[in-house]
Amino acid sequence: MATHIIEHIFDPWHTIAEHQSKTSCHKQFGATATFIGTMRDFNDSADVSAMTLEHYPAMTQHYLDKLIDEANTKWDLLDTLIVHRIGEIKPTEPIMLIACWSAHRRASLDACSWLIEELKHRAPFWKKETTPNGERWVEKNTNGL
Amino acid sequence: MTIHVKFFASLKDKLKIDDTTIEQAKTAGEAWDITTHNTERPDNVLVAINLEYAQFEDAIKAGDEVAFFPPVTGG
Repeated sequence: MATHIIEHIFDPWHTIAEHQSKTSCHKQFGATATFIGTMRDFNDSADVSAMTLEHYPAMTQHYLDKLIDEANTKWDLLDTLIVHRIGEIKPTEPIMLIACWSAHRRASLDACSWLIEELKHRAPFWKKETTPNGERWVEKNTNGL
Repeated sequence: MTIHVKFFASLKDKLKIDDTTIEQAKTAGEAWDITTHNTERPDNVLVAINLEYAQFEDAIKAGDEVAFFPPVTGG
């Protein structure tokens, strides 16, 4: 398992491939589920030209580790990777990545879905958007639909 | 020993407090009152004590880190 909080743009597909090439479970996994969050150029009825992600470093790291530990108690996972950006992000850039590896599909699919929802509600990150009317803090998550 | 108090995101901007210390407080709510000079607490403010979500009435002690922040919006 690994968690990375990074300040630079990254290629999620390359990151997944690189992590997978080094995982100790490379002969056991039969399923990989991934979620990649990407920045949109709109939100809440406004154009968004940039976004800045702030976080509470020690608590964020603690909660990402905790979420992976909890996922491991719920599902039979072989490996898990979470990458999350902080700092300034532009539209089309990836914000975050979750990847789960398991022997069979259900564990990785369910764990990946659970992890993104829990991360959005528990990991202390905050988004500030740049719109034509200035900067504004995102006050709540979308419902995901 | 002091209590470390942190504020994040919109709360930090609004209150113009980032990081401060206080000598003592019995609860997280009292730490809010002391550091914000009794500013009325918005309904959606969350609190963490030593990196774990907590309640405003939870006890704190010297050496603890208390953080106040709005609902999280990562991912």
